[in-house]
Amino acid sequence: MSSQNAVAGAQKWAKEQPWRLYSSQIAVLVRTEVRRNLFTKRRIGMYLLAFTPAFILLMNSVFNRRPLGPIDLEESTLVFAGIVQLYFVRLGIFFACMGVFTWLFRGEMVQKTLHYQFLSPVRREVLVVGKFLAGSIISIALFEVAILISFYLEYSRFGSIGRTYVFSGPGLGQLGSYLLVAALACIGYGAVFLALSLLFKNPIVPGAVLLGWETISPIFPSWAQKLSVTFYLKHLCPVTLPVEGPLALFTVVAEPVAPYLAILGLLCLTVAILVLSCFLIHRLEITYTVD
Amino acid sequence: MTPDNRQIVFQNVSKFYGEVLGVNKVSFSLGPGITSLVGPNGSGKTTLMNLLTGLIKPSQGSIRVFGLSPNQPIEFFREVGYCTQFDSFPPGTNGYDFIYWPLRLHGFGDQQAAKLTNEALERAGMAQVARRKVAGYSKGMRQRIRLAQAIAHHPSVLVLDEPLNGLDPMARAESIALFEALAKQGMHVIISSHILEEVDRISDRVVLMSSGYVVAEGEIREVRREVRDHPMQILVRCSNASKLASAAFELDHVVEAKILNDGQSVLVRTRDAEQFSLLLNKIVSSGLVEVDAVAPADDDVNSIYQYLIGSDGGPA
Repeated sequence: MSSQNAVAGAQKWAKEQPWRLYSSQIAVLVRTEVRRNLFTKRRIGMYLLAFTPAFILLMNSVFNRRPLGPIDLEESTLVFAGIVQLYFVRLGIFFACMGVFTWLFRGEMVQKTLHYQFLSPVRREVLVVGKFLAGSIISIALFEVAILISFYLEYSRFGSIGRTYVFSGPGLGQLGSYLLVAALACIGYGAVFLALSLLFKNPIVPGAVLLGWETISPIFPSWAQKLSVTFYLKHLCPVTLPVEGPLALFTVVAEPVAPYLAILGLLCLTVAILVLSCFLIHRLEITYTVD
Repeated sequence: MTPDNRQIVFQNVSKFYGEVLGVNKVSFSLGPGITSLVGPNGSGKTTLMNLLTGLIKPSQGSIRVFGLSPNQPIEFFREVGYCTQFDSFPPGTNGYDFIYWPLRLHGFGDQQAAKLTNEALERAGMAQVARRKVAGYSKGMRQRIRLAQAIAHHPSVLVLDEPLNGLDPMARAESIALFEALAKQGMHVIISSHILEEVDRISDRVVLMSSGYVVAEGEIREVRREVRDHPMQILVRCSNASKLASAAFELDHVVEAKILNDGQSVLVRTRDAEQFSLLLNKIVSSGLVEVDAVAPADDDVNSIYQYLIGSDGGPA
């Protein structure tokens, strides 16, 4: 086939089957972004955020060799719930998503490479979706692995009691819930940070405001709480943390919501923010200059 | 699509960056062949190219390429390839991937994209170094790999922002030959340059820009004639404006001599500034009129003409 025929063929195919073109473009964008963002020095902070609990648990299992019983198992369950709810959801995933998702567009502005994507025959909405999926894949993969390793390290030191708890007790179900919470946290925070990066040149200040909002939102009316990511995640956590004092704010459940509604609610919030991002990207111009 | 529709049309296009003017009220249309946008740095050439390709949006007016707007990216960027001046690349990319993956975004399959990539690399003379990281390329090689990417999908419109910058004489000659070959195939090639001499020989038409305005536009011979014939405005502050005005009127090359409201200034429009200067010298030395100040009133336009084309107009 000559080059001219190949060009004409591709044009015809794209015209006749635009949705197949969009999906193939998304696949290319995801592949490119994952390669560009997953294994770079810039992501060292993200790896540290994800694997710090696993490292601490590893040190604990190496240096704390005392015999463990059922009471310890109960305590470990609470400790692990705290790791997921207070560390991963509130800090680890939050800051990792901030790093990954704000860099998807803003980073390209800094590196002066965004014009290559704006000059390709890709709808800007497709760019938003492709980059969002890439960011989601990166952050979900990383934090799911981190939670799996942390879970293994937390319960493996219990030997047969731990195995029974995981495979014959509630352990496996709890793990599934935590993996779901982490995945939803990644896409929820990811969508928010993607939108912030299109709104602000420096998303650090709005990111700090968002962290504040996510922390204090439980004291606001029910409708306002629904505008926070953690509102939906709290309802999916299988273990309630008995936290007192100021930290109790993090775990307050003002209005019980069924898990399926919480998942649906978070997905709706994510889609709404992505739609906003699609509007915002149309305003984006290449304003960087030649060196 | 009829030949009439195969035009690039700027209609009353303005772009402001806050209060700073990018380009103002630009209207023209371009057909196939090589068009050069020429003007000094900061004249608005890159702004015009970025507007054409949708990297920035006009504050007012509209731009259409074959009736398409950059807001229809799938159709638009099949027709348009833009080799920007930005000397930046995705980190870690090599020359081959830099061309191959954008082609995949066009919807080409693996084999088609590979074929078009190799073809573009050959045309730009980059096939031998395609697998090397772009970060290790010389400036000229980076220029050529961007050119290869811009032409890889066989666009009908090729926009090139200062494409000869950083190229050695051999590469410049090869690039110019490539532009001419592409134009002969019926492609619209738009080249920006701040030196007219650089693109003079290959251009079918030229758009002269200064401070965000199109100061002249058309076939290169017409523009040269326009430049030669363009009267220059000179403002003279003196002790006796009416005497100076009547003396100036006696010269053939003076088109207009207007006494301004302050009664001490004369605005002279002349086709021969040197002859007018000689007259002023004579008047001053004779003591008839005392001259306080002489200044070109349309210095910007004049200086760009001088700068771009030279006072003698150069060979047509």
